[in-house]
Amino acid sequence: MNKLLNLMSAAIIVSALTACASSSPAASSQNPAAQPESGGSLITVGFAQVGAESGWRTANTDSFKSYFTEANGFNLIFSDAQQDQNKQIAAVRDFITQGVDYIDIAPVTTTGWETVLQEAKDAGIPVIISDRKADVAEDLYVTYIGGNFEQEGKDAISWLEGYLAENNRSDEALNFVHLQGTIGADAQIGRTKALDDAVAGAHAGKWTIVAQQTGEFTEAKGQEVMEAILKNNTDVHVVYSENDDMTYGAITALKNAGINHKDVIIISFDGNKKAIQMIIDGDIDCVAECNPLLGPQVGDIIKKLENGETLPKITYSVESVYDIKNAEAHLPDAFGS
Amino acid sequence: MTENIWRRLSGNRMFFPLACLFLVLIVNLLVTPDFFSIKIMSIDGDPHLYGRVVDILNRASELMILAVGMTIVVSCSAGTDISVGAVMAFSGAVSIWFLGFGVLGVDGKYSVFAYQIPYFAGILIALAVGALCGACNGFLVSKLKIQPMVATLILYTGGRGAAQLFAGGQIDRVEVPSYKWLGNFIPGIPVPTSVFLAAAVIIITALVLKFTALGMIIQSVGINNKASRLMGMRSSRVVFLAYMFCGLCAGIAGLIATSRIGAIDANNCGRNIELDAILAVALGGNSLAGGKFSLAGSIIGAITIQSLTTSLLAMNVTADQLPVYKAIVVIIIVALQSPELKRMVMNGRARLIPKNAGAK
Repeated sequence: MNKLLNLMSAAIIVSALTACASSSPAASSQNPAAQPESGGSLITVGFAQVGAESGWRTANTDSFKSYFTEANGFNLIFSDAQQDQNKQIAAVRDFITQGVDYIDIAPVTTTGWETVLQEAKDAGIPVIISDRKADVAEDLYVTYIGGNFEQEGKDAISWLEGYLAENNRSDEALNFVHLQGTIGADAQIGRTKALDDAVAGAHAGKWTIVAQQTGEFTEAKGQEVMEAILKNNTDVHVVYSENDDMTYGAITALKNAGINHKDVIIISFDGNKKAIQMIIDGDIDCVAECNPLLGPQVGDIIKKLENGETLPKITYSVESVYDIKNAEAHLPDAFGS
Repeated sequence: MTENIWRRLSGNRMFFPLACLFLVLIVNLLVTPDFFSIKIMSIDGDPHLYGRVVDILNRASELMILAVGMTIVVSCSAGTDISVGAVMAFSGAVSIWFLGFGVLGVDGKYSVFAYQIPYFAGILIALAVGALCGACNGFLVSKLKIQPMVATLILYTGGRGAAQLFAGGQIDRVEVPSYKWLGNFIPGIPVPTSVFLAAAVIIITALVLKFTALGMIIQSVGINNKASRLMGMRSSRVVFLAYMFCGLCAGIAGLIATSRIGAIDANNCGRNIELDAILAVALGGNSLAGGKFSLAGSIIGAITIQSLTTSLLAMNVTADQLPVYKAIVVIIIVALQSPELKRMVMNGRARLIPKNAGAK
């Protein structure tokens, strides 16, 4: 019996080890320590990604992985920081020691980048910031490409104003629940500012934010936070949720609280295929798009840099707002699954 | 006289964990008077229990299940299993990979609209993967005598990556209504399903410990591994099984966590929950040096932690500042339970009160 147990456990270990061994080729592309291929005319790009916290993010990662291929003349070293800035900084340092040609960072948070970007600059490696901004001096990076988050927020607000006007509700007093993204992330700062400005400015006295909490851009947290908020506030008119995943969670929480979520105006951001479908089904009222397909756009930037062109410090990707009127037409093109 | 009652009360090992829970609940009651109110809410014609207490028990269920496994591991090996959060994500990912076998990841599709294998088989797979991970940890700790922290560190770092491999680096969704039952409500039943699961794990474990010698054996192995072996107990097998059981608990918790959102979010499923599980064991008055343990204490610890989270959220403390408040409360609770602090207070009092005043 004892021997059998020993054998069994040994078998488990061995099978676990072989599983690791067989998966290593796939894993090595995610390992920042892997040496870039020397020789050839491949351009080596190190991409320090935030994590895989949402459907948007994974679509963003995929657009890099599918664009930066050897066929396109690139060698991509991908690093996933799992929403931890320290890991991300360590990954960038790895890129520098490996001597990659370009570094692309999607910063976890806006601050704390001076030192490592200076190191990259000293090593002569151009840095492109994508998706989220970094709060550093302009000479530390080549260019920023991504969504204009505050504009996305403003677009969502003006959609709401239009919607209210159409339904003759412009003068109504509205209670907002505001689910914020990861605090300090650029997307959170921009989208929060747009709502805060609207509530304090043009709609002061009519619009009230009854609860403002971070759901950290995840569905599970969005659900838990919304559940707690609804215990204090049952009279909710608008949910302003800073990404789709939190919106899914918030809708579950609304349902569980016995509130018909279709009576609540639900505004979401990003534009996953699931969210666009939910607009068609009447679950979500509006999604302000944030285009995740940045891979090819960053590729263009690198090609321009290779040709010695100078670039503006900021490039915004093209984004729109979806509601019941245009969701159906956009559905086939929406990212995600 | 009052001194006597106080002494007898505080001498009971359940006193401090319970007192801490009551403290948290009373603060809650003061801040939100309707804290304990439970309503019956009709949702799509189904009655659901609705209230903060229900939320706490519902949200604490994963933690309670993990705390049960962790208590056993701590007791018999004087070490902690820090891989439980990663094992949750891994078992959830493998389970969903099988449920969507041949559909997930094909043509860039990461949603399943129909089970590819029976749902029940999916559940068994999650449990088996959890137990297998636990067995790995158990083998490293009990046979190879690797320190528990180091042994479980392997899955702590590797487990989440392996989960990502199975999930294809995406958030894989299962869009079948019954998949959400475990983490939410089964139609027609007014109590969240996860509460039943937690209760089942706790009751079965408690019964087994009570009606077999297992509880005593685990404690004796924890107190003195060598002596227990010389007494004829198979110490290393006990430790192996304890880790396997802890892995199984993580598998159950993983099922609940993935079912809550109907998806595997490999990066965030059970993130940092191992720390809360260890904390629950400590708050329950259990020594992390192993040996004697109280299952009830750990459960109370788990509920205390979740009450704290839920009530701080209800008080509009933003989720990113929450750990600070949690830490402050935890420091107070742990300090209250520290025997050293008790001795210091006693000594201080002895010095303040003249010697003859104590003589009777």
